[in-house]
Amino acid sequence: MFADKPLAASISSLRKDYVLSGETVHALRGVSFDVPVGDFISIMGPSGSGKSTLLNLLGCLDRPTAGNYILGGDDVADMNDDELAETRARRIGFVFQSYNLLPALSVVENIEVPLYYSGQLNAATRARTLELAHLVGLESRLGHRPAQLSGGQQQRVAIARSLVNDPKFILADEPTGNLDSKTTGEILDLLKRLNSEGRTIIMVTHEPDVAEHTRRTIVLHDGKLQSDERR
Amino acid sequence: MSMWWRTIQLSIKSVLLHPLRSALTVLGIFIGVASVIWLLAMGEGIGKAAQEQIASLGALNIIVRTVKPSTDEVQDGSYGLTRSDYVRLVATIPTITKALPIRVLAQEFRYQTRSFEGRLVGCTPDYAEVTRLKLDQGRFLSDADLDHERNYCVLAAESANRLFPSGNSIGKDIMVDEQFYTVVGVMQPRAPSAGIGGSLAAEDYSKDVYVPITTLWRRIGDMIVVTKPGQFQRDWVEVSQITLQVAERDDVLRTADLVRTTIENEHSLPDYGVTVPLELLQQAETTRLMFILFLGLIAAISLVVGGIGIMNIMLATVTERTHEIGIRRALGAKRQDITRQFLIESTVLSLAGGLSGVIGGLFCRPLTLFLRDQLELWFPDQMSTLPELIRTMEPQLVSWSIPLAFVISLGVGILFGVYPALRAAQLDPIEALRHE
Repeated sequence: MFADKPLAASISSLRKDYVLSGETVHALRGVSFDVPVGDFISIMGPSGSGKSTLLNLLGCLDRPTAGNYILGGDDVADMNDDELAETRARRIGFVFQSYNLLPALSVVENIEVPLYYSGQLNAATRARTLELAHLVGLESRLGHRPAQLSGGQQQRVAIARSLVNDPKFILADEPTGNLDSKTTGEILDLLKRLNSEGRTIIMVTHEPDVAEHTRRTIVLHDGKLQSDERR
Repeated sequence: MSMWWRTIQLSIKSVLLHPLRSALTVLGIFIGVASVIWLLAMGEGIGKAAQEQIASLGALNIIVRTVKPSTDEVQDGSYGLTRSDYVRLVATIPTITKALPIRVLAQEFRYQTRSFEGRLVGCTPDYAEVTRLKLDQGRFLSDADLDHERNYCVLAAESANRLFPSGNSIGKDIMVDEQFYTVVGVMQPRAPSAGIGGSLAAEDYSKDVYVPITTLWRRIGDMIVVTKPGQFQRDWVEVSQITLQVAERDDVLRTADLVRTTIENEHSLPDYGVTVPLELLQQAETTRLMFILFLGLIAAISLVVGGIGIMNIMLATVTERTHEIGIRRALGAKRQDITRQFLIESTVLSLAGGLSGVIGGLFCRPLTLFLRDQLELWFPDQMSTLPELIRTMEPQLVSWSIPLAFVISLGVGILFGVYPALRAAQLDPIEALRHE
């Protein structure tokens, strides 16, 4: 069903080498896959498999040593630091395991941070921010600080924040890793709902239970693609 | 614009997140800025006091006065300026517009049963104008009084008070050195001012009696009798002091040189001194500038110390907020966004110091006067040993010191904020995100 969809992103023969105390580490050794619009992908793999490296590359936090990463028609490998930041601000929505909200800012202000850095802060986007707060069920806590919210609520703020730019895809790094099973269920339901509304989501996880909720699971092993299965 | 405003708001927020820490950092800049304003104000106050003192001598004046040399150098007891010096100066130097010889003696003055010790001043009609004494009653001495060597006198305020406590002294005859002088005028009281004698010590005009110098020469003569226990000494002095005046400020220094040469040729003894208030004025200006420079240096040091305080706290902040920097970078902040955020934060700190420092600077005058009053109240002995200038000085706020202090504090904030801000911006976003 995804074969004919346009691509949100596409990576091919992605390689990443690190030099650690004089020794070159091949963290990724040629990984290729496409991300069609509307897909919900989970990425799994043991530690050291290159999961984090792939996540950093997909999040435009780093550049590949070789290979291509096409995002909205541009190759991330050719971008300089400012262009990478611009891409993060406009095309990618981040959701982290530890929520990573800014403690000094209110819920609304936290959701607005990516708008602030892409220079889109105005009355229209403020309306959108409120809409997203409503979407994740936090309309009654707009002025609260992160410390006044539960873990599940903080993660909802982070999800609203990841959507505020209308990104190509949401990149979620173990979004339920710090949550109890009940809240995990709620967050996964929210992500599935967003996906069913057409959002593209890539989620890194090490819990097979969580991965089961996605449409497709990619397993990495030793820097290579071990399996890529669609449910 | 709104981005900048947002960043400024954010900076104020994070500064207020650690109120004590921020307040201590601000204190460093506060001290620096306030001390710039205070020190400049005090430098200005001291400079002004010195200038006023010197200006009261008259910037257009050149003062030549008799100085008593050490006794073994004097052959026959005769020394000092002479009538011929006076004539020669007036005749040979064309730039001199006024020459005012005076002869001062300590004398006892009597009227009926009253008497007091004061100064008998032999002078010319110009004396009142040059020393800025104002007439209260009657008239001052006239040219005719001098020409006819009349025994007329004019009393200073305190002298009149001593001899005629009920007032009404005009036309009365007072006795000086066994001779009678008719009072023709009384002067207004005047605060002691810097000495017309050429030194900068205050000179008291209040117990003077003014007579025509020609009369003094004729009736009292040049002899001074000094009686000390077991010693009897006679000195001969013709003129105590000659005050010369020129028309143009530009002529003062040149004329002073001529005066020095003219007198030098006639005097083999170091029995005279030449004082040029304008020279003193220029010296005082130089001293004042050095003083300000010196104080400025101290203020600059305290500002640098304040700046280092800012840098220190900003570096700590950057380390402490590495994770936040990572989050912001991940959400799309460019390096320059991070630089700007931290630079504005350090500027907010230093501007807070600058603003409070300016306010502190405005309290310079009342606080200094209050402190001095308190010190005089509790430590009168120590205070009286301080120079007159320090005791009477009033700080004068220098208007440009306020914008200067403000700009300096802004500069300090930026200068010492740059390194921490750049360090924050150079952090690797992945590392920073991982940092807890």
